[in-house]
Amino acid sequence: MSLAHRIIPCLDTDGERVVKGVNFLALRDAGDPVALAAQYNAEGADELVVLDIAASRDRRPTFLQTIRRVAAELTIPLTAGGGIRTLEDARAVVRAGADKITVNTAAVERHELISQLSREFGAQAVVLAIDAKRADDYWDVMVRGGRESAHLDALVWAQRGVALGAGEILLTSVDRDGTQIGFDIALTAAISTQVSVPVIASGGAKTPQHFVDIFEQGAADAALAASIFHDGIQPVRALKEFLSARGVEVRLPC
Amino acid sequence: MKVTILDYGAGNVPSVERALQRLGADSLRTSSPGSFSNAEALLLPGVGHIAALVRALDEQHLRAPLVDAVHRGIPFLGICLGLQVLFESSEEAPHLHGLNLFPGRISALPSNVKLPHMGWNQVAVQRESQLLAGISPSAYFYFAHSYGALDLNGHASATSTHGAEFAAVVEQKNIFAVQFHPEKSGDPGARILQNFLRLAA
Repeated sequence: MSLAHRIIPCLDTDGERVVKGVNFLALRDAGDPVALAAQYNAEGADELVVLDIAASRDRRPTFLQTIRRVAAELTIPLTAGGGIRTLEDARAVVRAGADKITVNTAAVERHELISQLSREFGAQAVVLAIDAKRADDYWDVMVRGGRESAHLDALVWAQRGVALGAGEILLTSVDRDGTQIGFDIALTAAISTQVSVPVIASGGAKTPQHFVDIFEQGAADAALAASIFHDGIQPVRALKEFLSARGVEVRLPC
Repeated sequence: MKVTILDYGAGNVPSVERALQRLGADSLRTSSPGSFSNAEALLLPGVGHIAALVRALDEQHLRAPLVDAVHRGIPFLGICLGLQVLFESSEEAPHLHGLNLFPGRISALPSNVKLPHMGWNQVAVQRESQLLAGISPSAYFYFAHSYGALDLNGHASATSTHGAEFAAVVEQKNIFAVQFHPEKSGDPGARILQNFLRLAA
């Protein structure tokens, strides 16, 4: 008996639709968030992440409505984020039904945001999202949807974020995102073995073996993917059965 | 059946409401002490820091009416912090007093494992449990906490382990509590809530 490794589908949404890009670019429509949420919940997903990647703040009310509609479908935890800049933004997302909040660029710009959220909602509700890109001998933190360097070492930032009150790290490899060549094992292991909180690996997943590798070699506590689930390349249930058969502890729904 | 949910200002109230609704139970959110005395069943959800919960109970004058209602036999279900607050005190806020319905102290989980204990874990049944009736022994439940009832004192009907063994389910007469989140634990979680509703009916 031990804590199961989590499989987390991610819905990147723009307004009322789920979209997906390659290397943070070239967005295309990938479906209805409410229908996908219900499907993943039934297939045995362990959590769901919904991110607002709309460029415009005008779409915010639509995103909150999407969270409400998605939350109504779920009997598993929901993490929401994208564009959370203030405590008030986070409150709106939690009121709409999110169990956890993820912050990224705004936390890099204002570290205090992490402590504020942690004090208000508890560390277990604060997920620090880090988009990391390989530099010479370290990983650089990228902000604004992976487009700009924050000139910050991802490991240093992860440890700082935990000290400030983050209860979990959502670690995305900018180099691997959308490529479907596998998770970034070196990046994930480098961070996950050096922080005291759970780490969710993201970016690059395609095959079930990629998930075995990120749990066994990357020391990930959870793994997140998007398009392979949306496109039906890899059904959640079949993935978990594969992992279980390979000796990776996962929750198999009855 | 109408469940009175203590809404102390933080916590996971909407998801608990939705979970009860799916089971056909009505619920009423309240932070008014007067509404406990005639409640059919009481539910105390809670996430975050235990100090916020204890302070809210005291500042909103909910402590005495709540303990009184429980002593009078009104079925009570505590979730997460709603389990921890039933004990004498917690290492998370050592200067504050819990509801003292169970002896012992809430302690931090050991730091040789990742904290918070976040995700799906199984429970080991210690003795016959009314809350776990009909649920597979291999079922997983969703946990999100860094503190727990490590002093088991024999009142845990099921335990879980993350670095150390802690109480996952406690039940004594009309008092029921779970460290995990049944409202976020899929079908087994729904069954826990359904069992409580049946016990309360």
